[in-house]
Amino acid sequence: MHPILKLVAQRLALGIMLLFAASILIFAGTTMLPGDVAQQILGQSATPQALANLRAELGLNEPALTRYFSWLGGFLQGDLGTALTNGRDIAESLGGRLKNTLFLAFWAAFISVPLAIFLGLLAVRYKDRWPDKLISAVTLTTISIPEFMIGYVLIYWVSIRMGLFSSVAIINDGMSLGEKLNAIAIPVMVLTLVVLAHMMRMTRAAILNVMQSAYIETAELKGMGMLRIIRTHAFPNAIAPIVNVVMLNLAYLVVGVVVVEVVFAYPGMGQYLVDHVAKRDVPVVQACGLIFAAVYIGLNLVADIVSILANPRLRHPK
Amino acid sequence: MNDQLKDLTAKVASGLMTRREFVGRAAALGVTAAVANSMLAGRAQADAHEAPKRGGMMRIGSSGGESTNSQDPALVASEAPLNNIRTWGELLVEVDSKGMIENRMAESVEASADAKTWVFKIRKGIPFSNGKDMTPDDVLKTMQRHTNEESKSGALGIMQGISEMKVDGDNFIVELETANADLPYLMADYHLMIQPGGGMDDPGAAIGTGAYTVEIDEPGVRHAFKRRDDYWDADNRGFADEIEQLILNDATARTAALQSGQVHIINRIDPKVASLLDRAPNLRVESVAGRGHYVFIAHVDTAPFDNNDVMLALKYAINREEMVDKILRGYGSVGNDFPINASYPLFDDSIPQREHSIEKAKEHYQKSGHDGSPIILRVADGAFPGAVDAAALFQESAKAAGIPLEIKREPNDGYWSEVWNVQPFCASYWGGRPVQDQMYTTAYLSSADWNDTRWKRPEFDTMLNEAKAELDGAKRTAIYSKMAQMLREEGGVILPMFNDFVAGVSNDIGGWTNDPNGPVMNNLSHVKCWLKNA
Repeated sequence: MHPILKLVAQRLALGIMLLFAASILIFAGTTMLPGDVAQQILGQSATPQALANLRAELGLNEPALTRYFSWLGGFLQGDLGTALTNGRDIAESLGGRLKNTLFLAFWAAFISVPLAIFLGLLAVRYKDRWPDKLISAVTLTTISIPEFMIGYVLIYWVSIRMGLFSSVAIINDGMSLGEKLNAIAIPVMVLTLVVLAHMMRMTRAAILNVMQSAYIETAELKGMGMLRIIRTHAFPNAIAPIVNVVMLNLAYLVVGVVVVEVVFAYPGMGQYLVDHVAKRDVPVVQACGLIFAAVYIGLNLVADIVSILANPRLRHPK
Repeated sequence: MNDQLKDLTAKVASGLMTRREFVGRAAALGVTAAVANSMLAGRAQADAHEAPKRGGMMRIGSSGGESTNSQDPALVASEAPLNNIRTWGELLVEVDSKGMIENRMAESVEASADAKTWVFKIRKGIPFSNGKDMTPDDVLKTMQRHTNEESKSGALGIMQGISEMKVDGDNFIVELETANADLPYLMADYHLMIQPGGGMDDPGAAIGTGAYTVEIDEPGVRHAFKRRDDYWDADNRGFADEIEQLILNDATARTAALQSGQVHIINRIDPKVASLLDRAPNLRVESVAGRGHYVFIAHVDTAPFDNNDVMLALKYAINREEMVDKILRGYGSVGNDFPINASYPLFDDSIPQREHSIEKAKEHYQKSGHDGSPIILRVADGAFPGAVDAAALFQESAKAAGIPLEIKREPNDGYWSEVWNVQPFCASYWGGRPVQDQMYTTAYLSSADWNDTRWKRPEFDTMLNEAKAELDGAKRTAIYSKMAQMLREEGGVILPMFNDFVAGVSNDIGGWTNDPNGPVMNNLSHVKCWLKNA
């Protein structure tokens, strides 16, 4: 078997075991939280009688282990079950939310990744001169401001004062692509500003690191232009660390944007997960948690494979 | 405009005062005739009984919505899902903004002389949105669903004490174990939406006799509704062709949506920004004094709160005016250590207001002989908006009286199950109830599930039952007054303030009225208002 295929297979098997472990942790964690789903649904107005009735109906009187294994049994057969709180089919409601989350992450990545790499290259080209310093200063400033703050500032200026884009990013299937993009324009700006610095700095550092090498000096002595040296010699050798940081940020765009979702009322998975954790709705928390974990594991796997493919020494191990 | 002028203009608008009188009175307040007339014009334009307009899409932005919400009225516990069920459902009766009973599915309500038998005559020919006509049997089944053994309804608590319910011809009849002059007010509880077959088969089907049907139902995101052509009360409700409710839990997102014109009405404006927002063009902030109140509650059966001098020391130590000023920014009124205010019918306004007094607090604290160990007050942000700040103010003023109050901050998550009604001293809130009887029965009756101050006094219970059976208003007022004074002197509730309901309303909205029963016109604004530019 080809060593890379073997590695991918190993990684996948490990990933599945990790997911299994994650499901146990999520279940235990949600069960340990104070109060249960019946208490959370009925809230302050719960009477003991109503609580007991609701618990019986939701099957909460079964022991925790039984509940976990019955959930696992369903999950392995592809049945995510129904939400305890409102009785909706989880796969259906989760599907729509996941689609929205990926939609927002895609457009944020579509703009931020090329922009970050381009700015990183630009910073290397003008190292220690004003463009480099300006790029670093601006991106480091935006990453240092909490994202909700950037969100509020952009809502105030762009939406209320200039009347350009919508301040509410609620999208639905009935909207055209243009309308959807209009709705998510401000959140995409916020996310771009938040992830830009990390990727830009890593691109800059990785390429500068390579630029110290002897073969770059050789290329310079051959009389090659600076941008061409970066493009053909430095960048390919700096790909591994850049891909790693890009993947980390992509993962963040999928799993870590709940604050932005709240500020813009965006119907993504983060808000959906938080609502159900607050209500102790274990099956939904499990499903969301596993999807998030799978995204993280998957993107890291991709990063590893890309760095191997980019490095001939790893591609052809002795 | 100052309050006096507001009051005067309102009087003219409602025909209680002539224009000439108004200009004269306004002049006495230092306003020229020209200004007074123009003020009047503006007010008259806003408040004249303009004809409702039909059509258009009304959008409301609401907090209190989650992706876990359902359309089952029994499970509704927050504002956004309540707004939902108000569109498609109707109650037997409602409480109007003046505190009177308004008949909805009931055509008339009558009580026997002993207030033990209540007869609700049910209207005929009102169609559900599934085409079938509503019958007394549907009413009976609905009430059964909320009261039977397996019920998980939020209305279960208030429906106790009913011995029998039956249908007789067009009548729905309720027999009570003990007399209750306020039964119709209990039937106005929002959980009790009349559903076909009582909603026993499919409680979340959202089929009712209301003005709208559900078109889109995405809990925690948005809900859209379409007007029914066959709505029975189309002259008074259901003016917009469509309603869309967007769930905007973030306060800033909500105000931004109103400011940028994406929604017409928003609920729960933070008092901190209300006065700023009121200056924005094209919208106004509407606040109405309600029955909701913020409290610090102590278990009077647990040391040191079983010592009434400790309680009195704490009650004198709290600075109510400061709290209304700093926590509510003036959008509220001071409380008097019993859960009733002038918004309730049968309120006795002659009970003296308890004043902030460090001397009296010191005096009672010394008299109590408390050992000086810290008195722990548990608090979380979720207890009420500004609860942590209010506790800090309380701690400071208590310190001045030598009372060692210590604040223990608790997480919001799990506060209602782990702290409230469990720990001996904590912060909390009450939404208020339509009548005094219901408020006291819910939280101050010895046997109440939510007796969160452990107030167990047989004589108090006796008075409550006496008032319940009494049909004479003056006598009831006297009993309620006695109960209030008893609670004020010996109770475990420290009640510094009643909070207003503060909403943001676009100037495109017509038909807004202030309703003390609940926020945003008792969560009926979207059903009762109309779009001026439709």
